[in-house]
Amino acid sequence: MSKVDLVIIGGGPAGMSAAVAAYDAGLRNILILERDTSLGGILRQCIHNGFGLHRFKEELTGPEYAYRYELQVRERNIPFKLNTMVLNVSPDKVITAMNSEDGMFTIEAGAIILAMGCRERPKGALNIAGSRPAGIFTAGTAQKFVNMDGYMPGKKVVILGSGDIGLIMARRMTLEGAKVEAVCELMPYSGGLARNIEQCLNDFNIPLMLSHTVVEIHGKERVTGVTIAKVDERRKPIPETKQYIECDTLLLSCGLIPENELTRGAGISIDRVTNGAFVDQNRQTDIEGVFACGNVLHVHDLVDYVSEESEIAGKAAAAYIMNGKHEKAVAIELKTDGKIRYTVPQRITSEENVTVYFRVADVYRDVRIVVKDGENVIINKKKQKVAPGEMETVTLTSAMINGITSGSLSFGIEGIN
Amino acid sequence: MIRELTCIICPKGCQLKVELDENKKVISVTGYTCKRGEVYANTECTAPMRTITTTAAVIGGGVVPVKTDKTVPKEMMFDCMKVINQVRVSEDAKLGDIVIENILGTGANVVTTRNVKI
Amino acid sequence: MYDIVIIGAGVVGGMIARTLAKYDINLCILEKENDVAMGATKANSAIVHAGFDAKEGSLKAKFNVRGSEMMEQVAAELGVKYKRNESLVVAFENERAEIEAIYERGLRNGVKGLSIIEKDELFALEPNLNPDLSCALLAKTGAIVCPYELCIAAVGNAMDNGADLKLDFEVVNIEKNGEVYVITAADGRTVEAKYVINSAGVYSDKIAAMTGDADFNVHPRRGEYMLLDKECGKFTQRTIFHTPTKMGKGILVSPTVDGNLLLGPTAVDMEDKDDTSTTSEGFNTIIDRSTDNANGIPFNKVITSFCGLRAVGSTGDFIIKSRNNVITLAGIESPGLSSAPAIAEYVEELLKEAGMNASLKTDFIPTRKPAHAFREMSLAEKNEIIKKDNRYGRIVCRCEGVTEGEIVEAIHQNPPASDVDGVKRRTRGGMGRCQGGFCSPIVVEILARELERHIDDITKFGKGSVLNYNKTKGDM
Repeated sequence: MSKVDLVIIGGGPAGMSAAVAAYDAGLRNILILERDTSLGGILRQCIHNGFGLHRFKEELTGPEYAYRYELQVRERNIPFKLNTMVLNVSPDKVITAMNSEDGMFTIEAGAIILAMGCRERPKGALNIAGSRPAGIFTAGTAQKFVNMDGYMPGKKVVILGSGDIGLIMARRMTLEGAKVEAVCELMPYSGGLARNIEQCLNDFNIPLMLSHTVVEIHGKERVTGVTIAKVDERRKPIPETKQYIECDTLLLSCGLIPENELTRGAGISIDRVTNGAFVDQNRQTDIEGVFACGNVLHVHDLVDYVSEESEIAGKAAAAYIMNGKHEKAVAIELKTDGKIRYTVPQRITSEENVTVYFRVADVYRDVRIVVKDGENVIINKKKQKVAPGEMETVTLTSAMINGITSGSLSFGIEGIN
Repeated sequence: MIRELTCIICPKGCQLKVELDENKKVISVTGYTCKRGEVYANTECTAPMRTITTTAAVIGGGVVPVKTDKTVPKEMMFDCMKVINQVRVSEDAKLGDIVIENILGTGANVVTTRNVKI
Repeated sequence: MYDIVIIGAGVVGGMIARTLAKYDINLCILEKENDVAMGATKANSAIVHAGFDAKEGSLKAKFNVRGSEMMEQVAAELGVKYKRNESLVVAFENERAEIEAIYERGLRNGVKGLSIIEKDELFALEPNLNPDLSCALLAKTGAIVCPYELCIAAVGNAMDNGADLKLDFEVVNIEKNGEVYVITAADGRTVEAKYVINSAGVYSDKIAAMTGDADFNVHPRRGEYMLLDKECGKFTQRTIFHTPTKMGKGILVSPTVDGNLLLGPTAVDMEDKDDTSTTSEGFNTIIDRSTDNANGIPFNKVITSFCGLRAVGSTGDFIIKSRNNVITLAGIESPGLSSAPAIAEYVEELLKEAGMNASLKTDFIPTRKPAHAFREMSLAEKNEIIKKDNRYGRIVCRCEGVTEGEIVEAIHQNPPASDVDGVKRRTRGGMGRCQGGFCSPIVVEILARELERHIDDITKFGKGSVLNYNKTKGDM
């Protein structure tokens, strides 16, 4: 069994940023394990632009953004193994992995950063009635076929779910000659970015049908059509509003799920809302020396925030190895009111400034984001609009953190008055 | 008349209100939070522009992602796609290599966004 | 010219083929779909019933009890996963008489290992049941098996012993020419045989009519299922039935041999013999009725739902006939899977009675090696196989841990997988929680490479089930 100071599981944007940050913090004995044929993760198939405005102050495509980090990894000679699947992570940080060259192997890691990303919610989880013909794909699977393999998985398309990948694929398929008939969204608002609705749907006159869902799939061999219907406030389809749309393809963009099989296997506690680990401000899980960052921790809207978060994890992992174990201050728990669905981190053990990321449960207009220590309001931030599709942040200063008396902070949304 | 727009320059997606005269000339823009939003509103109401991101075929099989290195007129997107779909990129092309110069006279080059060989 | 042609490559046809393959005969299996196990075999409860359910004296009772006894050995020979997980028929207090009746019937049918247990013992065995239940019939011989795995292995074993398999062979006509049956497919292909075995499932009445037997009919009964993530595979250890009704054994809750949790089936009589669509009513029925049996089923962990059509015969029992060298097997609904090995054994007898005079092969291979299931190997075995063939070192399906080596094997093994669903049923690649989201494009690439076809020629399940239409950039 070999020993490595820091093993990073996943060579996508999160893993690469974390590796670079750990290296730059002085750590040298690092290994990235990546299951795919090259570094870059899912960005390799996200060939659209819009990445990097925060990090690089310019607009990059997914492959370009990934390559910038790949170069940073290569410049530092940080070792990585490709085509390598991690099968297990034990609570005492032994990693079991495999690939074609090394066979099965184990590594004793000083610290681990979990950066495995997320997967799409499949059709089966949606309980859509009807037949099971060819022509039903998650948006990401279709993206792989179109952008990586150069094949068209559909000509006449209905998209269920208005997540960003769905919106991006509406434009992508249209540019390649397909007709996108409609994007149906169960919720009364889109889960994607406003700019993507504008440039991916409106530019091509693709209707976005809010509060609509697909109730039945038709076709024996290949999809021949779908029945859609409007839904009521309880998201139940209204039978009188059923309409049939002829199409050969149904793309699904119905949410992303962090891939935490290894995390669960290691016995790390998972937040039921984020579907990722519970972490502190360093993105350390409840196993000391095991960190998580990127979409495996919580689904991000922008890769720029993934990089930011992963640098925190990378730096902290390096400090953990180099400076040894620290006795932590008593943790401050971050609680939410339901209108705010979750925060990351979920607990704070630091006395320095901490930026807290969170998502809201619904679209709210003209509201205040209120952070309280007991009854004491410590942050009161006005927002014109907040939406579930967009991640929000507030920064807790060290003064605020030091002043906390109740042992926890509650995050909520209140009306303007 | 007032035209409402979602700014597409950054993920913030600011909601812009553009006041236009009868000749569709921009009189005023509100709702932007940075200078780029104001510029966007003006071009969007006069001559909307878009970046194209797509793929191009590689000699010897497969595709490589490409983009226009500047925006092109929105109404020319499909014409540009036709041209890009005809091009065949060398297997040795590197990220940023120009595969079509000044596509359809737009002033934009089509460049690869990754190395063909990985 | 074949000695015997079997029409229908479901689990019944497959088990018969495998049983007959030991004889020195020319054997052929015809299947109208692109793969074997495509009818009720791929979508049923995956249960080996103990045999207490069917009416005493019926063919169902006779073959179920015998089949259940045979299954463990058959599964072992074919390298198929089988687990005697026991079954429970649970009841509320007011259904107690029903439970006692089934118990008595089970004894009369010759089922071993039956007992009635009371609430305390029931909840000690299965803590996640509905707390309002009061007693249950425990059947120690209840078991689970994967029906399509069993069928694929049986057909594969028959093929390894020389049987032919003709796919996409939809029989449209059967004519007797002297002593020989001439069987014609929709596409004009013909085969000839001395004996015809009709195991055509929901279409067995149609095939029977082609052989001059229109005495019965078969109608499809829709059964919808929901399959839950492996996280829930230990929700119950045993297969949980509720006291049965006329329409079947009700909605069951059962682990599968692959570690998922299965809920279903519904039971709705249908007209269309091909309509395997699921319905929202079906989902609701499954959710409502499985809640009668178990408490706190995690319905949010459903990874897929599907529907199978049981072949319900007009007599209420299995219809098994031997006439003019045609053996008809119709209405083989539940407990058809459990009965399949025993039915095959019986068909062998019927053929002998009908004059089949064949000697045993000297080189018969009675066993079939299971396709390598990488995830089930020991560390040493894993390393050994990767060293031998490094394609076993590449995981393609991350959810189920399926390697490229296994997929390639499935494409070249008998009966070969030629489409994405075929690979899925043989390897489990794409059957996990992401349902092929990540691996299906890779499986398509591997199929195209191994079969020397273009990517846009690779289908989901043959015929018109195309996945990709054309290249985005045209041909070079």
